[in-house]
Amino acid sequence: MQKMLTIISNVLRGSARRNGAQVVSEAASLVVASRSYADFTPEATFDIKKVDLHRLEEGPPLTATLTREEGLKYYRTMQTIRRMELKADQLYKQKIIRGFCHLSDGQEACAVGIEGGITLSDHLITAYRAHGYTLTRGGTVREIMAELTGRRGGIAKGKGGSMHMYTKNFYGGNGIVGAQVPLGAGVALACKYLGNDQLCVSLYGDGAANQGQIFETYNMSSLWKLPIIFICENNQYAMGTSVERSAASTEYYKRGDYIPGIRVDGMDVLCVREATKFAADHCRSGKGPILMELQTYRYHGHSMSDPGVSYRTREEIQEVRSKSDPISMLKDRMLINNMASIEELKEIDIAVRKEIEDAAQFATTDPEPPLDDLCSHIFANDQPFEVRGATPWTKLTSTS
Amino acid sequence: MGFMVICSLYINKISILLSSHFCILTSRMSLFQVNVRDALNHAMDEELERDERVFLLGEEVAQYDGAYKVSRGLWKKYGDKRIIDTPITEVKTNTLAGVQSQHNISLSQYFELACRHLSSCAVTMVTRANQKPFFCISPQTVVFLENELMYGVPFELSEEVMHKDFVVPIGKAKVERQGTHISLVSHSRCVGFCLDAAAVLAKEGVECEVVNLRTIRPLDVETIEASVIKTGHLVTVEGGWPQYGVGAEICARIMEGPAFNYLDAPAVRVTGVDIPMPYAKILEDHSVPQIKDIIFSVKKVLNM
Repeated sequence: MQKMLTIISNVLRGSARRNGAQVVSEAASLVVASRSYADFTPEATFDIKKVDLHRLEEGPPLTATLTREEGLKYYRTMQTIRRMELKADQLYKQKIIRGFCHLSDGQEACAVGIEGGITLSDHLITAYRAHGYTLTRGGTVREIMAELTGRRGGIAKGKGGSMHMYTKNFYGGNGIVGAQVPLGAGVALACKYLGNDQLCVSLYGDGAANQGQIFETYNMSSLWKLPIIFICENNQYAMGTSVERSAASTEYYKRGDYIPGIRVDGMDVLCVREATKFAADHCRSGKGPILMELQTYRYHGHSMSDPGVSYRTREEIQEVRSKSDPISMLKDRMLINNMASIEELKEIDIAVRKEIEDAAQFATTDPEPPLDDLCSHIFANDQPFEVRGATPWTKLTSTS
Repeated sequence: MGFMVICSLYINKISILLSSHFCILTSRMSLFQVNVRDALNHAMDEELERDERVFLLGEEVAQYDGAYKVSRGLWKKYGDKRIIDTPITEVKTNTLAGVQSQHNISLSQYFELACRHLSSCAVTMVTRANQKPFFCISPQTVVFLENELMYGVPFELSEEVMHKDFVVPIGKAKVERQGTHISLVSHSRCVGFCLDAAAVLAKEGVECEVVNLRTIRPLDVETIEASVIKTGHLVTVEGGWPQYGVGAEICARIMEGPAFNYLDAPAVRVTGVDIPMPYAKILEDHSVPQIKDIIFSVKKVLNM
């Protein structure tokens, strides 16, 4: 009993941040039977890193409040994204998934944090590292995995693949580097035109940040004060080219020049959430666009054909994984502040694993789309029309 | 005059080569197995070695060894000055244009078009390894479209072709297979399908002549016309969409030229299905020309 109390009090004092989880797991086996949900802290406030500001007097707050429910939700979502991406990696190596596949493990805090700062009635568009966003925007793991394997149960009926997934208010999933940003401005223009107080979050990477069309978009959205949040997910490498080798200025949050910018720690889900809330307020108050740079990291290579170690060291990847992993960071915070038990989090892990397994099972057994569907869904709400097949005698029909 | 630049945009799978030399052919002999990727690598290596003014500029071409490993080893051999990694920008033609002063203007618009429309613009299609080395005629910009599905496919090359001075002229098609009953005119990956279809049809007594365009613009109309005049029947085969495609242009030119009078049946195009390319494997396979489509079309044209 005495020993148990000592262990618990050490944990509650938050003695060693890194050892917190370890110590708790020792106590867990003794303690779990007697814990009830009433023992958990319902809400805690955390200090978060100060952001760098560009053309702004004030930035997001330096503290963030997290409720137990939010914490568990973020944990579960990030863990789901992580496991889903790792499963996709496994299926790709078994050649069940083919073609392009860009994984976002390491960058979970970005997707989850952004969603925490906006609502599902807001809009979001990103590039091809989009599986996490498809999930946070309302897609299910089953649909996403079935899309990766090209089956009829996929979120795009198997016709889109990894880079072309869509849900309500989520515009993909875009293959051409940087092209999604002007599209995002278009969505923002629609929001302003309709006066619905919604905004559009347009994401792009550090590689795309040098694209000319992005600067054109900065200009127009600033001129017309469009409700758009530009977000640069800076994971330090554009394919195999590091930021130092590809950009004359690596301060991506300043690249909007006349557009106010903030640079945020993209590995901390609370930082990302607070920054997104701040940015959303900025847009909704009619001040026009704002630019957020999320400093993040991807554990995988650029895509499945890139091992990811020819242009960076394994030690670097390992270091980020051990010091800044977004899931571990949230987990530690919750455990140290007694917002959840290690058992509870383990249960979530097991549930997530099962969900992914079920989804993978579905994705591998669901049939491919029927050949009759070959020409369908080209237009929305159109009359059926004739489509030329491979020869002039092959006449196919397209239905909407 | 001007600089010789090999510029590679692997994101768009377009290569540009500018050159200002003439080169000559030499002798023959044994066969080597070379895949398209290595052939391209070899060819670039030869040009870089031949002339100091040649450099390679593109996304991930240096340290990454090329997005599809086509420029593997070149950066190690030639260094930073000759092999240059660029940031990801789609309109770097302007950089290119800045370097090659004379002939950029007319081409940069074309090239803008080529950059924006991945699937429907081509100038020269490199698909068979024996097209590896290029051409030369005074400073002209050439756009090379490489079919990435072909990178790993091996072909046999004679020693003649392996020689560093071997070149293939631009604007000349090649008759890959002689035939008498019908002309199959194609480019890129579909040439292989045409040859396969021709092999199947030969068993039924139909001898197809297979013409590999090699260059899209300028189009080698003379070779196509000569073939059509010989066989009296024409089927064009391409992976792209039917509307405003290569096959459409070929058919129009045949109509407008002398070969029309030798046609015994209307010319026909075998093309990709007129839809956005779907992802699911079964749908993808059915949205590009298959060998059975070519065989079907040949039989229809020959009224079999």
